[in-house]
Amino acid sequence: MNIAKLKRRKRLSVIFLAFIAISISGFLILTASRDSLIYFYSPTELLEIKDVNNKVIRIGGLVKEESIISIGSSKIEFIVEDGKNYLTVNYFGILPDLFREGQGVICEGKLDKNGVFLADKILAKHDENYMPPEVADALRDNGNWKGEE
Amino acid sequence: MKNIFNFLANPSRFRIFAKNVYPFSLIGMFIFIFIGLWFSLYNSPPDYQQGETVRIMYVHVPAAWMAMMVYLSMTIMSIFSLVWRHPLADILSKCSAPIGAMFTLIALVTGSIWGKPTWGTWWVWDARLTSVFILFLIYMGHIALVRAFEDEYKGARAGAILTLFGAFNLPIIKFSVDWWNTLHQPASVIKLDGPSIHIDMMVPLVLMAFGFLFFYFSFLLINVQTELNHRKLKKLFIKKLN
Repeated sequence: MNIAKLKRRKRLSVIFLAFIAISISGFLILTASRDSLIYFYSPTELLEIKDVNNKVIRIGGLVKEESIISIGSSKIEFIVEDGKNYLTVNYFGILPDLFREGQGVICEGKLDKNGVFLADKILAKHDENYMPPEVADALRDNGNWKGEE
Repeated sequence: MKNIFNFLANPSRFRIFAKNVYPFSLIGMFIFIFIGLWFSLYNSPPDYQQGETVRIMYVHVPAAWMAMMVYLSMTIMSIFSLVWRHPLADILSKCSAPIGAMFTLIALVTGSIWGKPTWGTWWVWDARLTSVFILFLIYMGHIALVRAFEDEYKGARAGAILTLFGAFNLPIIKFSVDWWNTLHQPASVIKLDGPSIHIDMMVPLVLMAFGFLFFYFSFLLINVQTELNHRKLKKLFIKKLN
Protein backbone atom coordinates (compact mmCIF):
# COMPACT_ATOMS: atom_id res chain seq x y z
CA MET A 1 0.00 0.00 0.00
CA ASN A 2 1.43 3.38 -0.90
CA ILE A 3 1.68 6.36 1.43
CA ALA A 4 -1.00 8.45 -0.29
CA LYS A 5 -3.51 5.68 0.19
CA LEU A 6 -2.56 5.24 3.85
CA LYS A 7 -2.96 8.96 4.46
CA ARG A 8 -6.36 8.94 2.81
CA ARG A 9 -7.45 6.03 4.97
CA LYS A 10 -6.23 7.87 8.06
CA ARG A 11 -8.16 11.02 7.16
CA LEU A 12 -11.28 9.00 6.49
CA SER A 13 -11.04 7.28 9.88
CA VAL A 14 -10.50 10.63 11.63
CA ILE A 15 -13.69 11.96 10.03
CA PHE A 16 -15.51 8.76 10.97
CA LEU A 17 -14.37 8.93 14.61
CA ALA A 18 -15.24 12.64 14.80
CA PHE A 19 -18.67 11.78 13.42
CA ILE A 20 -19.29 9.22 16.18
CA ALA A 21 -17.94 11.51 18.92
CA ILE A 22 -20.05 14.46 17.81
CA SER A 23 -23.14 12.27 17.40
CA ILE A 24 -22.85 10.99 20.96
CA SER A 25 -22.16 14.42 22.45
CA GLY A 26 -24.92 15.95 20.34
CA PHE A 27 -27.36 13.33 21.56
CA LEU A 28 -26.41 13.96 25.19
CA ILE A 29 -26.67 17.74 24.85
CA LEU A 30 -30.06 17.54 23.15
CA THR A 31 -31.42 15.05 25.69
CA ALA A 32 -30.19 17.16 28.61
CA SER A 33 -31.65 20.40 27.27
CA ARG A 34 -35.03 18.99 26.31
CA ASP A 35 -36.85 21.33 28.70
CA SER A 36 -35.61 24.43 26.94
CA LEU A 37 -36.04 22.94 23.48
CA ILE A 38 -39.74 22.17 23.75
CA TYR A 39 -41.82 25.17 22.88
CA PHE A 40 -44.87 24.29 24.97
CA TYR A 41 -46.10 21.79 27.56
CA SER A 42 -49.19 19.68 27.13
CA PRO A 43 -51.56 19.69 30.13
CA THR A 44 -50.20 16.23 31.08
CA GLU A 45 -46.58 17.38 30.91
CA LEU A 46 -47.49 20.43 32.98
CA LEU A 47 -48.53 18.16 35.89
CA GLU A 48 -44.98 16.79 36.13
CA ILE A 49 -43.42 20.23 36.49
CA LYS A 50 -43.31 21.93 39.86
CA ASP A 51 -42.92 25.62 40.43
CA VAL A 52 -45.05 26.88 37.56
CA ASN A 53 -46.95 29.50 39.53
CA ASN A 54 -46.24 33.09 38.50
CA LYS A 55 -43.82 32.01 35.78
CA VAL A 56 -44.50 32.72 32.12
CA ILE A 57 -44.95 29.38 30.38
CA ARG A 58 -46.59 28.05 27.23
CA ILE A 59 -49.13 25.28 27.12
CA GLY A 60 -50.56 23.58 24.04
CA GLY A 61 -53.28 21.15 23.07
CA LEU A 62 -56.64 20.97 21.37
CA VAL A 63 -59.48 23.36 22.16
CA LYS A 64 -62.16 21.12 23.64
CA GLU A 65 -65.42 20.83 21.70
CA GLU A 66 -68.16 23.15 23.00
CA SER A 67 -65.92 24.56 25.70
CA ILE A 68 -65.56 28.14 24.46
CA ILE A 69 -67.51 30.59 26.64
CA SER A 70 -67.52 34.31 25.87
CA ILE A 71 -67.47 36.55 28.92
CA GLY A 72 -68.22 40.14 28.09
CA SER A 73 -67.01 41.69 24.84
CA SER A 74 -63.62 40.11 24.15
CA LYS A 75 -62.86 37.95 27.16
CA ILE A 76 -63.18 34.23 26.60
CA GLU A 77 -62.77 31.05 28.55
CA PHE A 78 -62.07 27.64 27.03
CA ILE A 79 -60.57 24.26 27.81
CA VAL A 80 -57.31 22.95 26.34
CA GLU A 81 -57.04 19.16 26.37
CA ASP A 82 -54.50 16.58 25.24
CA GLY A 83 -56.61 13.44 25.49
CA LYS A 84 -55.64 12.64 29.09
CA ASN A 85 -55.75 15.88 31.00
CA TYR A 86 -57.20 19.33 30.50
CA LEU A 87 -56.72 22.90 31.62
CA THR A 88 -59.07 25.88 31.74
CA VAL A 89 -57.74 28.96 29.95
CA ASN A 90 -58.83 32.59 30.34
CA TYR A 91 -57.92 35.05 27.63
CA PHE A 92 -58.59 38.70 26.87
CA GLY A 93 -57.60 39.95 23.42
CA ILE A 94 -57.59 39.25 19.70
CA LEU A 95 -57.73 35.63 18.55
CA PRO A 96 -55.99 34.22 15.46
CA ASP A 97 -58.30 33.32 12.53
CA LEU A 98 -57.70 29.59 12.86
CA PHE A 99 -58.75 29.54 16.51
CA ARG A 100 -61.80 27.32 16.87
CA GLU A 101 -63.06 24.25 18.70
CA GLY A 102 -61.10 21.08 17.95
CA GLN A 103 -58.17 23.12 16.67
CA GLY A 104 -54.60 22.94 18.01
CA VAL A 105 -53.68 25.97 20.09
CA ILE A 106 -50.71 27.32 22.06
CA CYS A 107 -51.26 29.73 24.96
CA GLU A 108 -48.58 31.85 26.59
CA GLY A 109 -49.19 33.10 30.09
CA LYS A 110 -49.27 32.18 33.77
CA LEU A 111 -51.04 29.59 35.85
CA ASP A 112 -52.97 31.10 38.78
CA LYS A 113 -53.50 29.57 42.22
CA ASN A 114 -56.81 27.99 41.26
CA GLY A 115 -55.25 26.11 38.35
CA VAL A 116 -56.71 28.42 35.70
CA PHE A 117 -54.31 29.43 32.95
CA LEU A 118 -54.32 33.19 32.32
CA ALA A 119 -53.14 33.64 28.73
CA ASP A 120 -51.51 36.80 27.39
CA LYS A 121 -51.00 35.48 23.89
CA ILE A 122 -52.70 32.81 21.82
CA LEU A 123 -51.20 31.12 18.74
CA ALA A 124 -53.13 28.76 16.48
CA LYS A 125 -51.30 25.55 15.63
CA HIS A 126 -51.73 24.22 12.14
CA ASP A 127 -51.80 20.47 11.47
CA GLU A 128 -50.00 18.65 8.66
CA ASN A 129 -53.13 17.97 6.54
CA TYR A 130 -53.61 19.93 3.35
CA MET A 131 -56.74 19.44 1.21
CA PRO A 132 -59.35 21.37 -0.76
CA PRO A 133 -62.57 22.30 1.15
CA GLU A 134 -64.72 19.92 -0.95
CA VAL A 135 -62.51 16.98 -0.02
CA ALA A 136 -62.69 17.93 3.65
CA ASP A 137 -66.50 18.06 3.44
CA ALA A 138 -66.67 14.72 1.63
CA LEU A 139 -64.46 13.08 4.26
CA ARG A 140 -66.66 14.42 7.05
CA ASP A 141 -69.81 13.24 5.27
CA ASN A 142 -68.70 9.66 4.77
CA GLY A 143 -67.15 9.41 8.23
CA ASN A 144 -63.54 9.03 7.13
CA TRP A 145 -62.43 12.19 8.91
CA LYS A 146 -59.12 11.61 10.65
CA GLY A 147 -57.98 15.15 11.28
CA GLU A 148 -58.87 17.61 13.98
CA GLU A 149 -62.28 19.24 14.40
CA MET B 1 -19.74 5.54 -13.75
CA LYS B 2 -16.33 5.85 -12.13
CA ASN B 3 -14.91 6.91 -15.50
CA ILE B 4 -17.48 9.70 -15.90
CA PHE B 5 -16.66 10.85 -12.40
CA ASN B 6 -12.91 10.86 -13.05
CA PHE B 7 -13.45 12.62 -16.36
CA LEU B 8 -15.46 15.46 -14.81
CA ALA B 9 -13.19 15.76 -11.78
CA ASN B 10 -10.67 17.67 -13.87
CA PRO B 11 -11.55 21.38 -13.34
CA SER B 12 -10.88 22.52 -16.91
CA ARG B 13 -12.94 19.65 -18.33
CA PHE B 14 -15.69 20.47 -15.84
CA ARG B 15 -15.64 24.06 -17.08
CA ILE B 16 -16.48 22.90 -20.62
CA PHE B 17 -19.10 20.54 -19.19
CA ALA B 18 -20.65 23.39 -17.15
CA LYS B 19 -20.73 25.66 -20.18
CA ASN B 20 -22.55 23.05 -22.28
CA VAL B 21 -25.03 21.84 -19.66
CA TYR B 22 -25.93 25.29 -18.30
CA PRO B 23 -28.44 26.27 -21.07
CA PHE B 24 -30.37 23.02 -20.66
CA SER B 25 -30.52 23.46 -16.91
CA LEU B 26 -31.77 27.02 -17.38
CA ILE B 27 -34.49 25.84 -19.79
CA GLY B 28 -35.52 23.15 -17.30
CA MET B 29 -35.70 25.77 -14.57
CA PHE B 30 -37.94 28.11 -16.57
CA ILE B 31 -40.27 25.33 -17.73
CA PHE B 32 -40.76 23.86 -14.25
CA ILE B 33 -41.10 27.21 -12.47
CA PHE B 34 -43.55 28.60 -15.05
CA ILE B 35 -45.77 25.52 -15.07
CA GLY B 36 -45.34 25.21 -11.30
CA LEU B 37 -46.38 28.83 -10.72
CA TRP B 38 -49.35 28.44 -13.01
CA PHE B 39 -50.53 25.44 -10.98
CA SER B 40 -49.67 27.14 -7.66
CA LEU B 41 -51.44 30.41 -8.35
CA TYR B 42 -54.35 29.47 -10.65
CA ASN B 43 -54.85 25.78 -11.09
CA SER B 44 -54.94 24.47 -7.53
CA PRO B 45 -57.63 24.56 -4.85
CA PRO B 46 -57.53 26.66 -1.67
CA ASP B 47 -57.00 24.79 1.58
CA TYR B 48 -59.98 23.84 3.78
CA GLN B 49 -58.48 25.70 6.74
CA GLN B 50 -55.95 28.21 5.46
CA GLY B 51 -57.80 29.26 2.32
CA GLU B 52 -55.62 31.02 -0.23
CA THR B 53 -52.72 31.40 2.20
CA VAL B 54 -51.79 27.81 1.35
CA ARG B 55 -50.20 29.08 -1.89
CA ILE B 56 -47.23 30.42 0.08
CA MET B 57 -46.39 26.77 0.76
CA TYR B 58 -45.53 26.19 -2.92
CA VAL B 59 -42.55 28.50 -2.51
CA HIS B 60 -41.81 27.93 1.16
CA VAL B 61 -41.58 24.13 1.19
CA PRO B 62 -39.40 23.69 -1.95
CA ALA B 63 -37.10 26.47 -0.70
CA ALA B 64 -36.77 24.71 2.66
CA TRP B 65 -36.09 21.37 0.95
CA MET B 66 -33.44 22.96 -1.23
CA ALA B 67 -31.86 24.71 1.77
CA MET B 68 -31.24 21.25 3.24
CA MET B 69 -30.42 19.54 -0.07
CA VAL B 70 -27.73 22.11 -0.91
CA TYR B 71 -26.23 21.67 2.55
CA LEU B 72 -26.26 17.89 2.15
CA SER B 73 -24.41 18.17 -1.16
CA MET B 74 -21.91 20.54 0.47
CA THR B 75 -21.37 17.96 3.22
CA ILE B 76 -20.59 15.25 0.66
CA MET B 77 -18.27 17.64 -1.19
CA SER B 78 -16.50 18.43 2.09
CA ILE B 79 -15.77 14.76 2.72
CA PHE B 80 -14.31 14.50 -0.81
CA SER B 81 -12.34 17.65 -0.14
CA LEU B 82 -10.91 16.51 3.20
CA VAL B 83 -10.20 12.87 2.36
CA TRP B 84 -9.31 12.95 -1.34
CA ARG B 85 -8.12 16.60 -1.42
CA HIS B 86 -10.19 17.25 -4.48
CA PRO B 87 -9.97 20.84 -5.86
CA LEU B 88 -13.28 20.56 -7.74
CA ALA B 89 -15.07 19.51 -4.53
CA ASP B 90 -13.79 22.71 -2.88
CA ILE B 91 -15.04 24.83 -5.76
CA LEU B 92 -18.48 23.16 -5.85
CA SER B 93 -18.86 23.61 -2.10
CA LYS B 94 -17.78 27.26 -2.21
CA CYS B 95 -20.16 27.99 -5.11
CA SER B 96 -23.11 26.18 -3.46
CA ALA B 97 -23.07 28.10 -0.17
CA PRO B 98 -24.53 31.43 -1.39
CA ILE B 99 -27.33 29.59 -3.24
CA GLY B 100 -28.12 27.54 -0.14
CA ALA B 101 -28.12 30.67 2.01
CA MET B 102 -30.58 32.30 -0.37
CA PHE B 103 -32.93 29.29 -0.28
CA THR B 104 -32.78 29.35 3.53
CA LEU B 105 -33.60 33.05 3.59
CA ILE B 106 -36.56 32.52 1.22
CA ALA B 107 -37.84 29.70 3.46
CA LEU B 108 -37.51 31.89 6.57
CA VAL B 109 -39.17 34.96 5.03
CA THR B 110 -42.06 33.12 3.33
CA GLY B 111 -42.58 31.05 6.48
CA SER B 112 -42.83 34.24 8.49
CA ILE B 113 -45.37 35.72 6.06
CA TRP B 114 -47.41 32.50 6.29
CA GLY B 115 -47.08 32.37 10.08
CA LYS B 116 -48.68 35.76 10.71
CA PRO B 117 -52.15 34.93 9.31
CA THR B 118 -52.07 31.24 10.29
CA TRP B 119 -50.44 31.09 13.71
CA GLY B 120 -50.92 34.72 14.65
CA THR B 121 -47.22 35.54 14.92
CA TRP B 122 -44.35 36.40 12.58
CA TRP B 123 -41.75 34.46 14.50
CA VAL B 124 -41.32 32.19 17.52
CA TRP B 125 -38.17 30.54 18.85
CA ASP B 126 -39.39 26.96 18.58
CA ALA B 127 -37.01 24.13 17.67
CA ARG B 128 -37.80 24.06 13.92
CA LEU B 129 -37.61 27.78 13.29
CA THR B 130 -34.50 28.19 15.43
CA SER B 131 -32.64 25.29 13.79
CA VAL B 132 -33.38 26.67 10.30
CA PHE B 133 -32.16 30.08 11.44
CA ILE B 134 -28.95 28.39 12.65
CA LEU B 135 -28.62 26.77 9.20
CA PHE B 136 -28.74 30.27 7.70
CA LEU B 137 -26.02 31.45 10.10
CA ILE B 138 -23.83 28.44 9.22
CA TYR B 139 -24.22 29.25 5.51
CA MET B 140 -23.22 32.88 6.15
CA GLY B 141 -20.30 31.71 8.29
CA HIS B 142 -19.16 29.37 5.51
CA ILE B 143 -19.36 32.13 2.88
CA ALA B 144 -17.23 34.43 5.05
CA LEU B 145 -14.76 31.80 6.26
CA VAL B 146 -13.89 30.41 2.81
CA ARG B 147 -13.12 33.91 1.56
CA ALA B 148 -11.23 35.02 4.68
CA PHE B 149 -7.97 33.29 3.69
CA GLU B 150 -5.45 34.60 1.22
CA ASP B 151 -4.68 31.00 0.31
CA GLU B 152 -7.73 29.40 -1.39
CA TYR B 153 -6.61 25.96 -0.28
CA LYS B 154 -6.65 26.91 3.42
CA GLY B 155 -9.99 28.63 3.04
CA ALA B 156 -11.49 25.55 1.44
CA ARG B 157 -10.11 23.33 4.21
CA ALA B 158 -11.58 25.54 6.94
CA GLY B 159 -14.89 25.69 5.07
CA ALA B 160 -15.04 21.91 4.71
CA ILE B 161 -14.48 21.37 8.44
CA LEU B 162 -17.18 23.94 9.27
CA THR B 163 -19.57 22.22 6.85
CA LEU B 164 -19.02 18.82 8.48
CA PHE B 165 -19.61 20.22 11.96
CA GLY B 166 -22.70 22.05 10.79
CA ALA B 167 -24.10 18.91 9.17
CA PHE B 168 -25.37 17.84 12.60
CA ASN B 169 -27.97 20.52 12.26
CA LEU B 170 -29.62 18.69 9.32
CA PRO B 171 -31.21 15.79 11.26
CA ILE B 172 -32.16 18.32 13.96
CA ILE B 173 -34.05 20.43 11.40
CA LYS B 174 -35.75 17.39 9.87
CA PHE B 175 -36.80 15.71 13.13
CA SER B 176 -37.24 18.76 15.39
CA VAL B 177 -40.99 18.67 14.76
CA ASP B 178 -41.17 15.03 15.91
CA TRP B 179 -38.73 15.14 18.84
CA TRP B 180 -39.97 18.28 20.58
CA ASN B 181 -43.25 20.15 20.88
CA THR B 182 -43.02 22.88 18.27
CA LEU B 183 -45.38 25.46 16.85
CA HIS B 184 -44.37 24.31 13.37
CA GLN B 185 -46.46 21.38 12.12
CA PRO B 186 -44.88 17.95 11.43
CA ALA B 187 -43.89 16.81 7.92
CA SER B 188 -46.69 16.41 5.36
CA VAL B 189 -44.88 14.95 2.36
CA ILE B 190 -41.75 13.05 3.39
CA LYS B 191 -42.98 10.74 6.15
CA LEU B 192 -43.40 7.03 6.78
CA ASP B 193 -47.16 6.61 6.41
CA GLY B 194 -47.40 8.48 3.10
CA PRO B 195 -48.13 12.14 2.36
CA SER B 196 -51.06 13.85 4.07
CA ILE B 197 -51.50 16.39 1.32
CA HIS B 198 -54.09 16.23 -1.41
CA ILE B 199 -52.87 15.28 -4.91
CA ASP B 200 -54.09 18.62 -6.39
CA MET B 201 -51.75 20.41 -4.00
CA MET B 202 -48.96 17.86 -4.39
CA VAL B 203 -48.66 18.55 -8.16
CA PRO B 204 -47.69 22.25 -7.90
CA LEU B 205 -45.45 21.45 -4.94
CA VAL B 206 -43.47 18.80 -6.84
CA LEU B 207 -43.25 20.98 -9.98
CA MET B 208 -41.91 23.89 -7.94
CA ALA B 209 -39.45 21.57 -6.19
CA PHE B 210 -38.03 20.50 -9.57
CA GLY B 211 -37.95 24.15 -10.69
CA PHE B 212 -35.92 25.04 -7.59
CA LEU B 213 -33.62 22.06 -8.14
CA PHE B 214 -32.86 23.27 -11.68
CA PHE B 215 -32.45 26.79 -10.26
CA TYR B 216 -29.72 25.39 -8.01
CA PHE B 217 -28.03 23.54 -10.88
CA SER B 218 -28.14 26.60 -13.15
CA PHE B 219 -26.70 28.99 -10.61
CA LEU B 220 -24.14 26.45 -9.44
CA LEU B 221 -22.93 26.02 -13.03
CA ILE B 222 -22.63 29.81 -13.51
CA ASN B 223 -20.84 30.22 -10.17
CA VAL B 224 -18.40 27.40 -10.96
CA GLN B 225 -17.55 28.89 -14.35
CA THR B 226 -16.99 32.29 -12.75
CA GLU B 227 -14.81 30.79 -10.03
CA LEU B 228 -12.71 28.80 -12.51
CA ASN B 229 -12.28 31.82 -14.78
CA HIS B 230 -11.32 33.91 -11.78
CA ARG B 231 -8.66 31.41 -10.73
CA LYS B 232 -7.31 31.18 -14.26
CA LEU B 233 -7.04 34.98 -14.45
CA LYS B 234 -5.28 35.09 -11.12
CA LYS B 235 -2.75 32.51 -12.30
CA LEU B 236 -2.11 34.46 -15.53
CA PHE B 237 -1.69 37.66 -13.56
CA ILE B 238 0.84 36.08 -11.19
CA LYS B 239 2.72 34.61 -14.14
CA LYS B 240 2.87 38.04 -15.76
CA LEU B 241 4.18 39.64 -12.57
CA ASN B 242 6.97 37.12 -12.39
